[in-house]
Amino acid sequence: MNQGSHVLDRARVALGDDFLRAAVRFTADRLRTKKYAATEALGRWENWRSRGQHIRAHTVAHLDYYLGQFADNVTRAGGNVQFAADASEASQMVLDIIKSKQARSVVKSKSMVSEEIGINHLLEAADVEVVETDLGEYIVQLAKETPSHIIIPAIHKNRQQIKDLFTAAGGENLTTDTKTLAAFARRTMRRKFLEADVGITGCNFGIAESGSVVLFTNEGNADMVTNLPQTHIVLMGMERLLPSFADLEVMANLLPRSATGQSITTYMSVLTGPRHEGDHDGARELHIIVLDNGRSNQLADPKMKEVLNCIRCGACLNVCPVYRQIGGHAYGSVYPGPIGAVLSPVLNQGEQYADLPYASSLCGACSEACPVKIPIHDMLVHLRQRNVERGWVKPAERQAFKGFAFAFAKVGRYKLAMKTARMGQGPLVRDGHIEAKIGPLRGWTAGRNAPTLAKQSFRDMWSSLQGELKTTTRESGGKGK
Amino acid sequence: MKISLFITCMVDNLYPQVGVAMVKILDQLGVEVVFPEGQTCCGQPAFNSGYAAEARASAKTLLEAFADADYVVSPSGSCTGMIHHYYEDLFAGDAQLAREAKALAAKTYEFSQFLVNVLGVTDVGARFPYRVTYHPSCHGARLLGVKDEPLTLLRAVKDIELIDLPYATDCCGFGGTFAVKMGDISTAMVTEKVSHVRETEATVLVGTDMGCLMNIGGRLSREHSSVRVMHIAQLLYEGMQLGAGSREAITI
Repeated sequence: MNQGSHVLDRARVALGDDFLRAAVRFTADRLRTKKYAATEALGRWENWRSRGQHIRAHTVAHLDYYLGQFADNVTRAGGNVQFAADASEASQMVLDIIKSKQARSVVKSKSMVSEEIGINHLLEAADVEVVETDLGEYIVQLAKETPSHIIIPAIHKNRQQIKDLFTAAGGENLTTDTKTLAAFARRTMRRKFLEADVGITGCNFGIAESGSVVLFTNEGNADMVTNLPQTHIVLMGMERLLPSFADLEVMANLLPRSATGQSITTYMSVLTGPRHEGDHDGARELHIIVLDNGRSNQLADPKMKEVLNCIRCGACLNVCPVYRQIGGHAYGSVYPGPIGAVLSPVLNQGEQYADLPYASSLCGACSEACPVKIPIHDMLVHLRQRNVERGWVKPAERQAFKGFAFAFAKVGRYKLAMKTARMGQGPLVRDGHIEAKIGPLRGWTAGRNAPTLAKQSFRDMWSSLQGELKTTTRESGGKGK
Repeated sequence: MKISLFITCMVDNLYPQVGVAMVKILDQLGVEVVFPEGQTCCGQPAFNSGYAAEARASAKTLLEAFADADYVVSPSGSCTGMIHHYYEDLFAGDAQLAREAKALAAKTYEFSQFLVNVLGVTDVGARFPYRVTYHPSCHGARLLGVKDEPLTLLRAVKDIELIDLPYATDCCGFGGTFAVKMGDISTAMVTEKVSHVRETEATVLVGTDMGCLMNIGGRLSREHSSVRVMHIAQLLYEGMQLGAGSREAITI
């Protein structure tokens, strides 16, 4: 969590961790390559993206209608729906269900909403054992950390670190071989699945027309979590809906390809209501907790509304050149990467995550990768504007841009400012480039040489340059006639 | 044909030779170049930092300077992208200025884009017998959609050895004020970019934006690399002089 430190300070820690950076680069590269192959094989990817964008925009525009329809259909299928305004309400709902079932142990399948409401700590505080059953989440849980990627929670860990964690958790004679490590996790999980009183999952999509919950997984753990314990709790963000199964078809093409470069995940589970008469499996009770937690505030904001279109695929993380260098924890928020830099400041009121929108070079790789075309880099600019409007910026920075506006509004002032700078740079010039040991330029010069201002600006050369031209007639330019 | 040169504040003050190369190429192609004096900066440094009003103050000088231009051509995909992608929204509060902003966007081109798409020139008659790698700048490619044009021009250069840059589309870490504000992250990014430039064993790195090239070049020079960093206009102009006589002069 963000504990008052700045993203740059946290990034510096990550930049000094070669293991982390190598692990992130390795996995991000694999995911990029696989995504490229999977989208090429599908063909017409841009058309799929447009379709996805349309579906998500339509759903969010009519969210009240689809939430009502979804809730009615869940109830009709025998499930129970509750709406939570914020994280503490959602947590209380979970704790109440756990208490009423006198549950002592919980198994979980991957859920970013559960991270958002911080339910694991609350359950542990209530003396309930919680086990993450997604392999990556299990690793992160054993390390007492938080996920550093939306889809690959343990992207920052290498095999050796995983082997050490599993050994500490009771694994004997383990090697760094994937099969050996996975086998240990599987043995551990099997016992936990059978003992658990309650299963908690997230929700990739809720289908409004049927009240179904759809989960995409690769390890089959979500099917154990939803079928073996007597009670199943679903934690879902309020925007996570699709109108119909026809829309799911589009998302089933977009999500796995964007997330992991798979044409489809190993499992796509569709759950409609709890176990019915004659069913062979399924939980006896199904509770769906729909979380707002700042989401509905975005509905009225035309600049930020599209953030609700996000399907949590993580594609923006995998292409982000900043995430690539610093990994997920440096963001200091539940949701890392470009989408986290947008989501965290809007889902949380206040200044806590105001630093995140600056952790981007605005290169636009995120927007280009997004399967539902969210203009993430435009939103990052907008959030920076919001910081300025709210006064969440340093006074010195504000002054500097006031100065910029004054000097650059009139060409006469601009020329004077540049002339002054040209004369003033002298003491800073070493070997033909600028050296700044202190001051704001230090951020640049610590790792790079900086150029000096040219002896003569282009505009000062223009009149003599004109004399050398064949085509151009001599004229002052003026308004550009 | 007559174009108005949008020099950009960076080329004006730091890299005037890029503007000179650009003007000379256009001149040789028979295009008349004018330089409207009133222009300062597109406003991007302020805009990307969240200072919209401050960006407007500077951006207005462009609306005015280029009001009567037929075409506006600049040596930067980023500054051109700023006009295309953000100006209409930036001036949304004033109907008249919003119209002017939209009109400006419709006639403003990045240099390689103008050569290939407007003039229809793909071969400027240059010869450049060196091993070259090309870094595609993010804003030119993503905000403006200029992806093939620079490569089209470079591929037509005689005797050039064009080497693909690994991870070419990854940002170099410039990002305007990002490079100063998030200096350590930016440096990590450019260090990776430079390692890929070195992998190509190219002697020349070419690009379409001096911001990115200043960043990559600054790191290359910090690492005492001898790789030459050139704007595409510089490479083409130098190549035209080397290739002089090999091709009839083109006039538009």
